[in-house]
Amino acid sequence: MALFRFGRSQDDSEKEIPRTESTSPESDQASRPGFLARLRSGLERTRQVLVTDVRDLFKREGRLVDDGFLEELRRVLVQSDIGPSATDAILADIAVRYRARVVEVETVLDSIRSGLLERLRFKQATLTLATSGPTVILVTGVNGSGKTTSIAKLARFLSRDGKRVVLGAGDTFRAAAVEQLALWAERLGVEIVRGEMGCDPASVAHRAVAVAIAGNFDICIIDTAGRLQTQANLMQELSKIRRVVTKQLPEAPHEVLLVLDATAGQNALSQARGFQEAAGCTGIVLAKLDGSARGGVIVPVTEQFHLPVKFVGLGEGADDLEPFDPERFVAVLFETT
Amino acid sequence: MFDSIQASLSHALTALRGRGKLTESNMREGLEGVRKAMLEADVAYDVVGEFIERVSVDALGAKVLESLDPAQQVVGIVHRELVGLMGPVDHSLHLEQGRTTILMLCGLQGSGKTTSCAKLAKKIKEQGRGVMMVAADLQRPAAIEQLVILGRQIDVAVYTPDGERDPVAVCKAGVAKAKAEGISVVLLDTAGRLAIDQELMAELSRIDKTVGPDQVYLVVDAMTGQDAVRSAKAFHDALELDGIVMTKLDGDARGGAALSVKSVTGVPIKFIGTGEQVDALEDFHPDRMAGRILGMGDVLTLVEEAQKKFDQDEMQKQEERLRAGEFTLEDFKAMLLQTRRLGPLGKVLGMIPGMGGMKDMLAGADLDNDMNRLFGIINAMTPQERRNPTNIIDQSRRRRIATGAGVALNEVGDLVKQFDGMSAMMKGMAGLGLRDRMKEMQRIQGELTNPTGRLAKAKGDTGKRLTADQRRNQKKQRDKEDRRRRRDSRGS
Repeated sequence: MALFRFGRSQDDSEKEIPRTESTSPESDQASRPGFLARLRSGLERTRQVLVTDVRDLFKREGRLVDDGFLEELRRVLVQSDIGPSATDAILADIAVRYRARVVEVETVLDSIRSGLLERLRFKQATLTLATSGPTVILVTGVNGSGKTTSIAKLARFLSRDGKRVVLGAGDTFRAAAVEQLALWAERLGVEIVRGEMGCDPASVAHRAVAVAIAGNFDICIIDTAGRLQTQANLMQELSKIRRVVTKQLPEAPHEVLLVLDATAGQNALSQARGFQEAAGCTGIVLAKLDGSARGGVIVPVTEQFHLPVKFVGLGEGADDLEPFDPERFVAVLFETT
Repeated sequence: MFDSIQASLSHALTALRGRGKLTESNMREGLEGVRKAMLEADVAYDVVGEFIERVSVDALGAKVLESLDPAQQVVGIVHRELVGLMGPVDHSLHLEQGRTTILMLCGLQGSGKTTSCAKLAKKIKEQGRGVMMVAADLQRPAAIEQLVILGRQIDVAVYTPDGERDPVAVCKAGVAKAKAEGISVVLLDTAGRLAIDQELMAELSRIDKTVGPDQVYLVVDAMTGQDAVRSAKAFHDALELDGIVMTKLDGDARGGAALSVKSVTGVPIKFIGTGEQVDALEDFHPDRMAGRILGMGDVLTLVEEAQKKFDQDEMQKQEERLRAGEFTLEDFKAMLLQTRRLGPLGKVLGMIPGMGGMKDMLAGADLDNDMNRLFGIINAMTPQERRNPTNIIDQSRRRRIATGAGVALNEVGDLVKQFDGMSAMMKGMAGLGLRDRMKEMQRIQGELTNPTGRLAKAKGDTGKRLTADQRRNQKKQRDKEDRRRRRDSRGS
């Protein structure tokens, strides 16, 4: 339990009610006035209370599964970001099984959780490693999803296992992205192959893999610039990086990880589609799961694109990366905030 | 999506046409489609609920007009309500005269604060004011370097902390320096933080109290899901925000977070980020955002961009030539070049209503690359061939051009055939307004790059008649729009 810090164990969620209130002490409000603003925040607080009432309803034992109950359930499901379609499907299933019966809420939630678990469980949820020679891991994602930080964590995770890691700083587009990764490399004591700002990222990837081969490294992790899946030319650039790497090592890249931001909503589906087509993703790193976002969108993402979540990011530190645990994930998915 | 909302509404409301009023029961099914579209666009659950309720009340009892599709009527109401909720607009930065204005940016990690900071700085600088950016993100490695590099790019001074590890002190020192130097505006780029991280949120409050920023903006990723309300509320509680900057709207995110954030904080959305370049910052327009959330495309933005970027002289020249009945491959190339200035074709396509689906269909095809091939072919032709391709280009010339452009033989033939069909339409377009012409041009380009479609000349049609038809249709559309607008303004 202590190891797996999703950041919202049961105790945490209990604490959240006083926490939201304490963030806006009266002294704060007084400094910058505005009657309307005050009224608004007052109303907001009332709404918070109403929201917590729903939680109480959920805790009450033995509820009649009727339209009202299903509507409450819908809210919980939608708020987890699993998307309206998945929500509809789950609700339909629950309605068929439990409608007009009095059941314990936990029973219903459990049956939802086990259904989700089925969809989230994958055989190849661990990293695929090369049988011989270096394992090449290509890391992709949209801007600001957390690629560089995830790479640092991954490097740390693997070097803790005694693996020798070299990083390829392939984000030659964003200002200071190379420096960002270089600072991490320094902190972690791993090798790094740097690219000049503005140079072809495929050339950086090529050099990184060459260094990995020549220096007998176990792992070569290649960073890429953030890009939106709608930018055709940038997506082609990804395909090119992939091709270049494959030319050096026929098996490589052994892993192409898509870094998804846990706060992302339904657009994550479009991201997964775009990146899978262009880069042939093999797995997902779900970053920023330590916040208040649930990351439920990975349910439709894994289902539609058969992409297993391999790791979750839980903070800004180098050690804040954990292998994905589906049981844990669904356990906290529906804890009301 | 708009089509599907429209369809589900139509389905539910067909029986109503011309008689009766919209009631809760006959609207419910249709509004279910709107609700789903909004959830699909990541509008927060509670916000959607409140919204649908409000629309029902508004639409309830509205008389269904004889001439109108009740579904359209409801979509009209939905759209109007959305615009109302996301407005009113306030694009002003409220810069002070005669003293240093302090703007502070905050947000979650990776939302785009640093990039937005540089974009805002550039915008302010272009207004002729002195700007300084303060690199107060001491958390993320190399965040300071990033701001320094961006500052160099846009030629704006950056205050960097000298070994100081406390962001509050950094902001204080940066502001003091700006004031001492008489700089008009100072922008604080703070570190990204989670809304539930009490310690870091308290740090933001401390910065707020210490330097007293005139404006505090929250930077929100347009791709944010249901969490948008939670985090925006936390930031608003801690800082009392003055505005929102929504980023990454150049992708295909529907941006429902805009509505969520606006309704939970009540502060205006000021700007939207539409690219990684430092000038990709636009004013926020609720009507366009409403259309986007509903999946209605973004014609207005397109027209505005077109007016800005199209070379007016070139347009004029082309128009005159078209009027004179001349249209050659040279003109075609110039036109394509003009269009390309708008940005990647995919982006352009996505902004046109009804073209969203087209974009998906073409997802595999690389439009920009196809365009390059066309340029290649045209460039490999002699001036004579470009002026009159249909009559001059024979088999041997075709072979020469294909070799010159490095394309397959049939690609040259395809282009000539397509040009044939197109020139007639192009001539017809000379009389159209900019907006209609844009639409028409996009249609032609879409077909041109669509591997299965062929833009052949319609049989037995002179092209002139086709144009008349088009004109009539367009007039019909315009009238319909006018009627709707009139009705809407009457209704409210």
